[in-house]
Amino acid sequence: MKFRVERDALADAVAWAARSLSARPTIPVLAGLLLSVTDDLLSVSGFDLEASTEVDLEVAAATAGQALVSGRLLAEISRALPPHPVDVTVDGSRLTISCGSARFTLPTMPVEDYPKLPSMPRTAGTVDSSEFATAVAQVAVAAGRDDTLPMLTGVRLEIEGDRLTLAATDRYRLAVRELAWRPDASDAAAAQVLVPARTLADAAKSLSTSETMTIALSSTGGTGEGIIGFSGSTSGRASRATTRLLDATFPAYRSLLPTEWSSTAEVAVGPLVEAVKRVALVADRNAPVRLEFDDGALGLSAGGEDEGRAEEQLEIDYEGDAITTAFNPQFLLDGLGALPSSTARLLFTSSNKPVVLRPTEGGSEAGASGDSTDYTYLIMPVRLPG
Amino acid sequence: MGRSADVPRAAGAAGAVEGDDSGCPILHVDMDAFYASVEIRRRPDLRGKPVVVGGGVRGVVAAASYEARRYGIRSAMPMGQALRLCRHLVVLPLDRAAYADASAAVMGILRDVTPLVEPLSLDEAFLDVSGALRLHGRPAAIAAGIRARIAEELALTCSVGVAPTKFVAKLASARCKPDGMLVVPADGVLDFVRPLPVTVLWGVGARTAEPLHRLGVRTVADLADTPLDTLQRAVGAAVAAHLHTLASGRDPRSVEPHEVEKSVSADHTNDVDLTEEADVRRELLRLAGEVGRRVRGRSLAARTVGIKIRFADFKTVTRVRTLPTWTDSTTTIYDTAADLYRSLRLDRPRVRLVGVKCENFRDAGDVPEQLTLDAVGHTAVAGGVERAIDAARARFGAGAVDYGTLLPISTQIDAPRHPR
Repeated sequence: MKFRVERDALADAVAWAARSLSARPTIPVLAGLLLSVTDDLLSVSGFDLEASTEVDLEVAAATAGQALVSGRLLAEISRALPPHPVDVTVDGSRLTISCGSARFTLPTMPVEDYPKLPSMPRTAGTVDSSEFATAVAQVAVAAGRDDTLPMLTGVRLEIEGDRLTLAATDRYRLAVRELAWRPDASDAAAAQVLVPARTLADAAKSLSTSETMTIALSSTGGTGEGIIGFSGSTSGRASRATTRLLDATFPAYRSLLPTEWSSTAEVAVGPLVEAVKRVALVADRNAPVRLEFDDGALGLSAGGEDEGRAEEQLEIDYEGDAITTAFNPQFLLDGLGALPSSTARLLFTSSNKPVVLRPTEGGSEAGASGDSTDYTYLIMPVRLPG
Repeated sequence: MGRSADVPRAAGAAGAVEGDDSGCPILHVDMDAFYASVEIRRRPDLRGKPVVVGGGVRGVVAAASYEARRYGIRSAMPMGQALRLCRHLVVLPLDRAAYADASAAVMGILRDVTPLVEPLSLDEAFLDVSGALRLHGRPAAIAAGIRARIAEELALTCSVGVAPTKFVAKLASARCKPDGMLVVPADGVLDFVRPLPVTVLWGVGARTAEPLHRLGVRTVADLADTPLDTLQRAVGAAVAAHLHTLASGRDPRSVEPHEVEKSVSADHTNDVDLTEEADVRRELLRLAGEVGRRVRGRSLAARTVGIKIRFADFKTVTRVRTLPTWTDSTTTIYDTAADLYRSLRLDRPRVRLVGVKCENFRDAGDVPEQLTLDAVGHTAVAGGVERAIDAARARFGAGAVDYGTLLPISTQIDAPRHPR
């Protein structure tokens, strides 16, 4: 195997493929990146048995072949190479990288031992990649991190007609985002899958600069392990990522979304975020921040007699009876941070019932994200003593 | 101990629960010959014999059984003198750890009644049961219940005074010793205190007694009938006012529970070393249940759960974990304890002792609760179940409700044969 490639192209491709490598691989070959050359095309792929990444780039002066080398080392080396064309050759069990006057020789691992990457499932449709990345980030923030509740560590992805719905919850909050999508076939069947949140967010983010993004799903109705695949192009190079679906049932979340409100508030996001961060300084980790909504004013406070105490007032638009509630400040900040608009609408039913956070309509500053009622972030309050 | 020696014992007062106990919310619980009783409890062959605990560098009697007291032996008496009074006296060395453990168990029982427990020492405490009446019944019934539990669960006896004030309750418990109880009704307080010597009053030591005696004041009645200004000249304004208040049967002091407890723990040495994880976990569940009940009984919630494991070779390991939030749930305590045990990754252990501990407390009412979207989910229900079990056990006894895995094997096998 032998090829010549541009330095930046190699560095980008290797960095992209190396994202799926596990920090502590279960078998040694999984620490490697597989380089495969056919004709004038180099594929760099990584796999940790859960998720896979693969990127193609054009190379010159190539002879076909395969080599498996330490992904961490290859990524570090390619990132540090001087700005010259890079020549890579494999000789026996050694891989040599020459670039300018720099030269590296790496041991290779046995290609025969490397597991076969899952093949890309059938294409389901395409979506705007940057909007998808934003949507995934907005939802993944509410996903659980507790592996003993696997159904909560995923993002639910629902396809129905030309709508794509993403949802995640850790039992304390629930985030739901809808966006438009173009199904591959106009009569495509509806599908609901559960994708590991961290891997999904990573894949979506890494493909966010792609012009379009294709989502592929293995038949979800059947038995066996489901796979979801994402493909697009990064810097003009075809990139594919797959991840195993979670085999767990996501809670029926739609019934949790309140449909009637007793009061609503409109608050500027920036000042509210600042105020929450300030008053939360006096409270323990996880200790709640109290919010008292009243006509035209929001009073925030945290802490108590034993600890310090902090208070702050904000001017807001508020309609309805005064309400006092309390939140884990991080949950509130996560939701506010996920809003695409500069103004937040808060919808209340009563002080111990979930509160809904939405962007104000037309207040979207994210540009392409369209209709801003498509995002809902719901938080369960903290019941205060007494 | 101490001043109670000045209080004449009431003949036949033991066990008296008659008398109007309304308006008598203060209980004084005083263990009988505490150190000696703890020693006799573990050496039943000493029962009925004159036993004292003490010696050491100072060589004095720290505690004497009632049999030893019949020979005139008293606390703080030099050991040589005690041995002269009773030639076959059994003298045991002090084991403070054992007394502290027994004391913790006693205080645990008291705190099951009310959090308003003010320990005065290892072996006596005041309780204010005014808030516990609806749950546990009349003060006299509560006192009888405490005596029964201490006798049954700890094999120790105590005496309980029931009265409107701390001062009278303490006098009453001294009056009914040993193994008795006495109710001093609100309208009987004056009759009760007036005949007693002034030295029973709090704050009347030798230095105060002497000027009082010079005034001819020997009994509480004498004191109550002495004009206040005369008293003031004899003992000073502050002391005079204090004594006058006490002598007229009043006592403004309330029961002050000590600061929140540092930890609640339970441990058990197994008759046979445990080798199976299932057996250790069953023991953890039983202890978690006990600790959880005590935590809930005191309206506390704990943030830290710990385990203690002692092996056959007496090597001991402890592990603690601080939870994301406070809990009073047996389920959470057990889950954490079991997880801590698993994380020890023991290879064929021989477990001699298992212990479970909760600490890092806060009043349950002060704990904010992060609500979950599945508010009807298992945590909320489990809390209700545990409280219901607590109530059932409080009413019908510890055997009324328990985890199925904790039932004796024979009961588990029998149960299906007798449906309903």
